[in-house]
Amino acid sequence: MVISLFITCYNDALFPQTGQAVVTVLERLGHTVEFRAAQTCCGQMHYNTGYRHDSYTLLRQFLDVFADAEVIVCPSSSCVAMMRDHYPKMAEQLNDPALQAQVAAILPRIFEFSELLTDKLGLTDVGAFYPHTVTLHASCHGLRSLHLGSKPADLLKQVKGLTLIELPDADQCCGFGGTFAVKNPDVSAAMLSDKLQCILGTNAEACAGADNSCLMHIGGALSRQRTGVRTVHLAEILASTEKSS
Amino acid sequence: MSVHVGEAASALPFPEAAKKLVANSQLRRNVRHATNVIRTKRGRVIAEMDDWEQLRDSGKAIKDHTLAHLDEYLLQFEAACTKAGGQVHWARDADEANRIIVDLVKRYGSDEVIKVKTMTSDETRLNVALEAAGITPFETDLADLIVQLGEDKPSHIVVPALHRNRMEIRELFMKKMGLDSLGYQPEDIAAAARNYLRERFLRVKVGISGANYLIAETGSVVVVESEGNGRMCLTLPDVLISIVGVEKVIPRFEDLEVFLQLLPRSATGERMNPYNSIWTGVTPGDGPQAFHIVLLDNGRTKVLADPESRETLDCIRCGACLNACPVYRQTGGHAYGSVYAGPIGAILTPQLQSMEHSQTLPYASSLCGACYEVCPVKINIPEILIHLRTKVVDSGHAPLAERLAMKGAAFAMSKASRLSLAHAFARLGQWPFNDDGKLDNLPGLLAGWTEFRDLDAIPSQSFREWWSKR
Repeated sequence: MVISLFITCYNDALFPQTGQAVVTVLERLGHTVEFRAAQTCCGQMHYNTGYRHDSYTLLRQFLDVFADAEVIVCPSSSCVAMMRDHYPKMAEQLNDPALQAQVAAILPRIFEFSELLTDKLGLTDVGAFYPHTVTLHASCHGLRSLHLGSKPADLLKQVKGLTLIELPDADQCCGFGGTFAVKNPDVSAAMLSDKLQCILGTNAEACAGADNSCLMHIGGALSRQRTGVRTVHLAEILASTEKSS
Repeated sequence: MSVHVGEAASALPFPEAAKKLVANSQLRRNVRHATNVIRTKRGRVIAEMDDWEQLRDSGKAIKDHTLAHLDEYLLQFEAACTKAGGQVHWARDADEANRIIVDLVKRYGSDEVIKVKTMTSDETRLNVALEAAGITPFETDLADLIVQLGEDKPSHIVVPALHRNRMEIRELFMKKMGLDSLGYQPEDIAAAARNYLRERFLRVKVGISGANYLIAETGSVVVVESEGNGRMCLTLPDVLISIVGVEKVIPRFEDLEVFLQLLPRSATGERMNPYNSIWTGVTPGDGPQAFHIVLLDNGRTKVLADPESRETLDCIRCGACLNACPVYRQTGGHAYGSVYAGPIGAILTPQLQSMEHSQTLPYASSLCGACYEVCPVKINIPEILIHLRTKVVDSGHAPLAERLAMKGAAFAMSKASRLSLAHAFARLGQWPFNDDGKLDNLPGLLAGWTEFRDLDAIPSQSFREWWSKR
């Protein structure tokens, strides 16, 4: 299968290793990965912060770039949620039936990374090896918008050497929320502090997740507080094998 | 017409108010404990309902239908209530409602009133107007009494004194009720409130209430509560005046079947409210012999006019969104600077009053979606928050630095070649702040980030650069 990678803007710049991991896993499973260099951003930050008009441009650009892609994978649950929840509404706001049709046609072909593996490819064991104790952060968009449920955990449970410890209060937001974290730094930090307490309580070595935006926020505080606990994207765990680790 | 919502117009911006509140460890403990207790109870009584989702859909459908025909149902209510001996007054805004009520109390010759279950009167600041006219209001709902005695403000739409714990309330009662001793148990504290209130229930001739529902078909008014103080307030005085937002009307008596299931389970985790009071006009020889109802607009029709956010008026004031909200759970209600706190307050307050005020409220959310998940009438609060954020930006009220950053980002994202250039600039720009691979003290908009968190330095190679060299 030819799978087109939508890396997302922040993964492209800040977390290239996540994109590399997605490529590693999919190629190991025998698929062809393509990367369309004209891609940039889904528009989530602009849309959610109230800059709707700027996000319209990004919507059109996304559709132009990926119009004929067979299957699109995106290793960021909040970006997939942005597209699934808001693209139809945005096309409606623009009162553009052709755009609405394009959105309706492309959405069923977009998969969050764990969705692609479990739903589309029907896999939970991707041959990974990661000899560490890990807990899993659910991410609100993965939980409430994409309804990922147990998909990320199902994948982790099949990883050899990995011990998965359930994170208490997993349904509670970590306090990232995009620009919320900089517009409301004190409340965001208070929410984050609760999340860290839960993570540290598990005694895990690493906190995994399907969205690097939450992980950047959580990992930033784990680092600031010198906890010695790290964050890691699900794809990077799944890319790790006995040979590579 | 001038719409005001309590004192929201002069409230601190949310981030500033929240900064003070998150530093209060006792308040955070109280709020967390109370919201956890209610959430757990709610979860239990909702799990036992097989048709909960259908009930939510029905509640939403009834509310949406009513709002689409609001004028007709309000007139139907007016006719039915008047026929049953009630007198209906229409108030365009808070000041007009207060004026009507003050005049009525004076006309009936009273200089005191007992009040229950009326957040709407907090919205209009009725107590201030009453006091200015020489009329003493006594709050009789236990939590409202605690707030009034403490010269405090409500912090939750169902549990207004949720930010206070038992020991704080005991101390307050001893001081304000002049008690030399008082036990520590809930029943001791409740008994003190009972003694204090009972005398007023029997003495005061005018009662003021809010309402949960107005029934268009019958002209009836509905109040649900847990304590029975409301029942006394609604039945003992000679005169009853209810102040009710126009969005509280529902078409038929049988629609209560849906809401009397949705509301108690969502609000307090009870299967049914202990007291459900329904009255229709005046019944000779039974209860108040004069009944007035003030139907309040105060910005509601303006909300109704906006198709993207009118479902805000579906709200049945259960408070489930507050208990579920991870932001509210950290700050409590006072941060929202309004009688309406939490996610619903963050969308209701800015819409009711002019958008010059409360501009920070639509941003007081991480858009986690927990509010939408629990809302008994499925109000898509995150979607409305985004809509209101757009209004803040479009009206030119967003901070300049933010607007510039967003424009810059939009420009960079509009073409992949520009994005690559932006990566290069960012890598160059970060070097003064790069401390061994960590950025820990960034300026400007990002200062809020590095106050609490490190940021990894931008990698030397972006994904697209890696891919192109593969």
